[in-house]
Amino acid sequence: MIRVKFENVTKYYTLLNTGGIKNFILHFFNHIKTIKDNKFLALDNISFEIKDKDVVGIVGKNGAGKSTTLGLIANVLSPTKGKVTIKGKIAPLLELGAGFHPDLSGRENIILNGILLGMTKKEILKKLDSIIEFSELQDFIDQPIRIYSSGMMSRLGFSVAVHSNPDILLIDEVLSVGDAKFQEKSKNKIYEFKQKGKTIIFVSHDINIVRELCDKIIVINQHKILYQGDVEKGIKIYENL
Amino acid sequence: MLEYYKDLLIELTKKDIKIRYKNSYLGYLWSLANPLFLALIFYFVFKIVTKIQMPNYTLFLISGLFIWQWINNSIMIGSNLYISNASLIKKVNFPRYFLAISLVLSEGFNFIISIPVILGFMFYYGFYPSLNWLYLVPILLIISGIFIYSLTLLIATINLFFRDMERIIGLLLTFLFYLTPIIYPITMVPEKYKILLYFDPFAPLVLTWQNLFLHNKLEINYFIISIVYSMIFLIFSQSIYNKLKYKFAELV
Repeated sequence: MIRVKFENVTKYYTLLNTGGIKNFILHFFNHIKTIKDNKFLALDNISFEIKDKDVVGIVGKNGAGKSTTLGLIANVLSPTKGKVTIKGKIAPLLELGAGFHPDLSGRENIILNGILLGMTKKEILKKLDSIIEFSELQDFIDQPIRIYSSGMMSRLGFSVAVHSNPDILLIDEVLSVGDAKFQEKSKNKIYEFKQKGKTIIFVSHDINIVRELCDKIIVINQHKILYQGDVEKGIKIYENL
Repeated sequence: MLEYYKDLLIELTKKDIKIRYKNSYLGYLWSLANPLFLALIFYFVFKIVTKIQMPNYTLFLISGLFIWQWINNSIMIGSNLYISNASLIKKVNFPRYFLAISLVLSEGFNFIISIPVILGFMFYYGFYPSLNWLYLVPILLIISGIFIYSLTLLIATINLFFRDMERIIGLLLTFLFYLTPIIYPITMVPEKYKILLYFDPFAPLVLTWQNLFLHNKLEINYFIISIVYSMIFLIFSQSIYNKLKYKFAELV
């Protein structure tokens, strides 16, 4: 089954507010025109497909368009041209600031975060123990998370995301924060996901993790897809950029 | 799905209420302290210094300041609502207007817990609520909620595209505070300036609450104008939001 399908997707960002009030008043009409023309290309006519059971790594230099791709998959951005089709429930991994509030306890944050990821409160309460257990944060779970380290925070985020039972898991660089033992555990969870026929999409600069986990790669360069397919070949192309 | 939206709304509102005064000693008392302190200042300036001719001036101040706090706080915090939740909006696709609803509800919660304080002042000055409060208070709460939500959503959305909005709104709210009969009774406004009040969308709502608190009655004109205003704003701001919501993640 095809989970993610991009058909000739182009994405422009419009840049607002250039030049300030003087420009705005003195060159009003020109200014309106420049706002319209002031576009920034993020993705240029991209097409690809991701199926279930795929673990896909998206690699590319900074500013190549990786995060825009992820945003389009998560459906928080809409394409300027082309069509994005998504089948299934998506869970992005959230970092601190997104859905986490530093003054709330770990437990309260699990509930808030779970709801933002699309679970009902009933579902969360049912899974609460298992979420806490997986995150290994039992001793800190009733403390405000501002005292958590960044590794602990990403453990909590990962734990909530995998328990939200998504069909598509979006991982943006965060996995590398946990300690070695937790990384091992997360990798196992990802394999388990794969076995269940879920899709995992990975954006990372860490070639080793991509090599280890992914069975397909998409190399994005200068807003276009340079290569998609075999991981080893893709990594070679990426490293020679 | 309905259950999910209910949970989302409750949890977001609970979060807003929990974190507001989480690290302060007086906690929730602050939401009462602010309007009461303002009342004290205005009492000094207008009753003691300029000797305004109005019976029960303190009670009059109290009856308007709490509802104003609900309006003012929601819109002020709302102007920055989406920007302060930027990282969430960039990652998760959930109905964004729920952030505005939960903000207005948590501020409305402040207003509701201030009603006993208003009642305390009423008793002190020998006023007593009548039975019609039982249905008028809930109805007015709903209309105020819709009205404030509409404006909050509108300002929050526009501010993403036009960041100067935040500053403009700060000034505009100060202006409207003095234009709305909160620190002076409407009867003191000279006839030829009364027309100005019609351009103040907050005036009918505040006057409706004041009339309920001070006279136990529903001023039907103000009540209907409030409803009309809230419906117009609701349709207007929801349609603007629907047009622009796809751009939120690009702009925060």
